Amino acid sequence: MNADMSTQASLAAAPEVATGAPAPAAAGPVLMDCRVEHIFYGSFLAVRNAEVPIIANEITAFIGPSGCGKSTVLRSLNRMNDFVPGFRMEGHVHYRGQDIYAPGVDPVAVRRSIGMVFQQPNPFATSIYNNVAFGLKLNRFKGDYAERIEKALRGAALWDEVKDKLNSSGLALSGGQQQRLCIARAIAVEPDLLLMDEPCSALDPIATRRVEELMLELKQTYTIAIVTHNLQQAQRVADRTAFFFVDTSAGGRTGYLIEYRPTQELFGDPKEEQTRAYIRGDFS
Amino acid sequence: MAPPTTAGRAGNNLHLSLGNSRTLLDRVLTLLAIGLSLFALFPLLSVLYMLLVRGGELLSPSLFTELTPGAGMEGGGIGNAVLGTLIVVLIASVLSLPLGLLAAIYLAEYAGESKLGTLVRFAGKVLTGMPSILAGVFAYALVVVTMGSFSALAGGVAMSVLMVPTVMLTAEQALRAVPEKMRMAALGMGATRMETTLRVVVPTALPGILTGVMLALARAAGETAPLLFTALFSDYWFEGRLGSPIASLAVLIYNFSGSPFPHLVKLAWAASLILVFLVLVLNVGAQLIIRRPQEF
Repeated sequence: MNADMSTQASLAAAPEVATGAPAPAAAGPVLMDCRVEHIFYGSFLAVRNAEVPIIANEITAFIGPSGCGKSTVLRSLNRMNDFVPGFRMEGHVHYRGQDIYAPGVDPVAVRRSIGMVFQQPNPFATSIYNNVAFGLKLNRFKGDYAERIEKALRGAALWDEVKDKLNSSGLALSGGQQQRLCIARAIAVEPDLLLMDEPCSALDPIATRRVEELMLELKQTYTIAIVTHNLQQAQRVADRTAFFFVDTSAGGRTGYLIEYRPTQELFGDPKEEQTRAYIRGDFS
Repeated sequence: MAPPTTAGRAGNNLHLSLGNSRTLLDRVLTLLAIGLSLFALFPLLSVLYMLLVRGGELLSPSLFTELTPGAGMEGGGIGNAVLGTLIVVLIASVLSLPLGLLAAIYLAEYAGESKLGTLVRFAGKVLTGMPSILAGVFAYALVVVTMGSFSALAGGVAMSVLMVPTVMLTAEQALRAVPEKMRMAALGMGATRMETTLRVVVPTALPGILTGVMLALARAAGETAPLLFTALFSDYWFEGRLGSPIASLAVLIYNFSGSPFPHLVKLAWAASLILVFLVLVLNVGAQLIIRRPQEF
């Protein structure tokens, strides 16, 4: 499905990671060079100055208070913001060397390589099997459906729970199972990058733990960017964390990036005062 | 049992008594509500009763296999009218379902609050309230006059004019009821808008869409006025020619019920029973689809 893209451009060299923090020794190549200068909704400036290069085979977490633009930035990585009226972005998002906002780029093709898991589990009102087969059918997959579906469900740690009821409705599953089904659906098409927008906020701690374990397994194969409100979650799973904050000085509410560093450094020794305050506030 | 400490204040009678004006009023109004509800059922029940008694008289297999008899003759059946109604409804469905469903998809998924969408929606609402005889006039002018003869096709066109707005508006509602998160899920997987609509939104909304279709069919099948001067009537079997007049239950009832021949009046009763049964089946079918647990 994305063979043409992967052969077309080898991974760009990793640029300097934001705010001058030392890059960790094991940093891989940048999969997605995201350099947002401004994101507008109509005349409203929603986000400014967010430079978040996403490294291949890592988990990148976006944290920060509500309204700080972290979801907006995440959604601009596979052009899901195109559906918001008045959306306009300045800056660039380079995916494997290609600007996904360049004229002539088909946002549908972008989304086929860059999957998304949403805050609310959103399985389709059809069988578990058909939910996972959905993306394969879209891509006119010609191979063995049963095999790919089993692989995806195993990948999402759901196989053992549903293998005997693949024909029952995806909506009949529990919330945690539904979310893992959505993850299975997303990884069935073997996307390059998986965007997760608060994937655990509707789940209980046990289901959350399962999804987190799953993310750590998935990063062997995929690259993940996750928005989370849960700081402990960012610490548990993310290799790198981007902290966003809200600027209300100009009268509006504009989100911007404070710092983006390896997770351990960001939490252990935050460079910026806002980061320190935010982390401390949540732990006290 | 010890008297409860929270009993009424001394002197208050806690026993139920119809002597109390408020209790009495409550009882009277409750009975009135029940009585009027039953009264509202009365027309339906009495019609059904009469249909069963008078129409059931002729009920037999030959009713469905034989042609309508001529004036003054005995025997015969209403087979051509049953078949004719089904064929006219089929023609109307072939014409109106694609039109209505595609319009609904446009309205629900693409038009939003645009001027064209608002206009089409408004026109649809006006059309649902249009007297059905006007649909007949329209089909008469469009098909009968141009083709030079009454025809099954003209009847189908008249009926489809009645069906399109109902199908379109109910299907639009059903499509709009599909949660936005399902659209996002499909779009997030890299589906195009049309793939999202056809593979996710329409299947999810299918029970609601089918309900609208069946209600539109039920309404159209029972209409007489639009068929009177379009499909007209025929005492013969349908021979595959859409350009010829065709029999229908509704017009048969209209023609025969006023006839001076008692046998034809009896056939009209039988036809009424069959028609009501047909409409009832469609309505009950629609209800079953609505009530089906939304598992898929």
